[in-house]
Amino acid sequence: MSSIGTGYDLSASQFSPDGRVFQVEYAQKAVENSGTAISLRCKDGVVLAIEKIVSSKLYERGANKRIFNVDTHVGMACAGLLADARAIVNVGRIEAANYREEYGRPIPCKTLGERVSNYLHAYTLYSAVRPFGCSVMIGAHDEDGPQLYLLDPSGLCYGYSGCAIGKAKQNAKTEIEKLKLNDLTCRELVKEAAKIIYLVHDEVKDRLFEMELSWVCEESGGRHQLVPDALYKEAERYAKAALEEDSSDEDEEM
Amino acid sequence: MDVGRMFGEVAPPLWSGGPAPGGFYSFPGTNNKQHETKTHTMYPSTSGTSVVGLVYDGGVMLGADTLGSYGSLARFRNVERTFKVTDKAVLTCSGDIADYQFIREVIEQKVRDDEISGFTPVLNAGALHCWLTRVLYNRRSRFDPLWLECVVAGFKDDKPFLGYVDKIGTAFEAQEVASGFGMHMAIPMIREAREKKGNLTRDDARKLLVDCLKVLYYRDCRAHFKYQVADVTAEGVKIENDLNLKPDTSWSIANFVRGYE
Repeated sequence: MSSIGTGYDLSASQFSPDGRVFQVEYAQKAVENSGTAISLRCKDGVVLAIEKIVSSKLYERGANKRIFNVDTHVGMACAGLLADARAIVNVGRIEAANYREEYGRPIPCKTLGERVSNYLHAYTLYSAVRPFGCSVMIGAHDEDGPQLYLLDPSGLCYGYSGCAIGKAKQNAKTEIEKLKLNDLTCRELVKEAAKIIYLVHDEVKDRLFEMELSWVCEESGGRHQLVPDALYKEAERYAKAALEEDSSDEDEEM
Repeated sequence: MDVGRMFGEVAPPLWSGGPAPGGFYSFPGTNNKQHETKTHTMYPSTSGTSVVGLVYDGGVMLGADTLGSYGSLARFRNVERTFKVTDKAVLTCSGDIADYQFIREVIEQKVRDDEISGFTPVLNAGALHCWLTRVLYNRRSRFDPLWLECVVAGFKDDKPFLGYVDKIGTAFEAQEVASGFGMHMAIPMIREAREKKGNLTRDDARKLLVDCLKVLYYRDCRAHFKYQVADVTAEGVKIENDLNLKPDTSWSIANFVRGYE
């Protein structure tokens, strides 16, 4: 990392000779340093899950949430710099409100994704600004069914049926690929999501963490919200049990 | 909906002082706006008539018909002008229907903003009433009023709340509130009933409210027989649509009325 760049990384408005924009790549690095975030889309909704690393025991529980509401039917989960994420959420909320004002109906997830990604992209074009150090996943459930989009600092926007960002994104992706997303319901997926978060969490490097789980599905009445307490506890128990089973398996193998 | 736009601020022009259609380039420092006059709509277009509301034991009830009059023409006969804001507040307006629809959109977005930002206390009737006084007074002070008489019903601090705000920002809370003709005809009826009976039950309130609407239908030429009733209790808001006064009214005496044609 130290040898590359070589003067071409000082501004987002300059290419390197081999056609890269280093500032954008550094922004993506910032996302990879953050706690893992995953989201899963199934037949009846979308589940968002966050591994929020707590750097000090002194923080109050539930501080610095990383899952946000953008509109009643849209949720956003972020990885990267939290303050940047909040700015993006704000833009998302304005876009959603604006669309409602203009068209008199809730914003389709795809439109929201495109509009917000255009905004992110604008911040990769000028030397006076820096790109957002933050990726966001947008999940929604509306008349077009469940949808999930991932936006990254370069301004790309892709639709997914399951995606992961942050520290353990590779591990998380492998775990997601094992799931039969189209056959599961949101209620089952919440538990699977919790399991993945617990599974990919690195006990050694980051000791403390909090998990955030949210969903938007038929069961939540088409609204995006944190999962109910009872379900959260159930998912947490399921995740911890799966983890213990996993480690005892490993012991046997050894 | 952003508040800036609502209060009439517009985005700065792309090229301030640049050429305007039908005008010359204005050099910096010259003031071309000197002779511009600005006019505002100072009367309502399509309007709704009276709203009646009263507090009873354990709740609040509101009633309004569904007519949108264009002058004396009964132009739209199914305009609903009662809406549920939250579980603790209902708003009904008389006056300009377009202004009502505008303020409804603003309020709906406001409630949505509260909800998505995780602001937990639900917007209650007291807060809504307070906010409306600010908005309506502000607009009146700009000589561009929202032509409304708003009746806010609901709960505040777990107690029934009923309040009134009009286009000039006059606001009050009361046990019985009415707008338009209702102020003259419904309020005395409700007060009389209260004097006779003391506390009103829910059934009393409903009967009284329908009586008031009936009297208004007989006497007020801008009233209509189709109406809505909103009932707010501690359990929440219930709005009944498509109610009809006509079967309970008798117009046989109308044939004997002479001299007003």
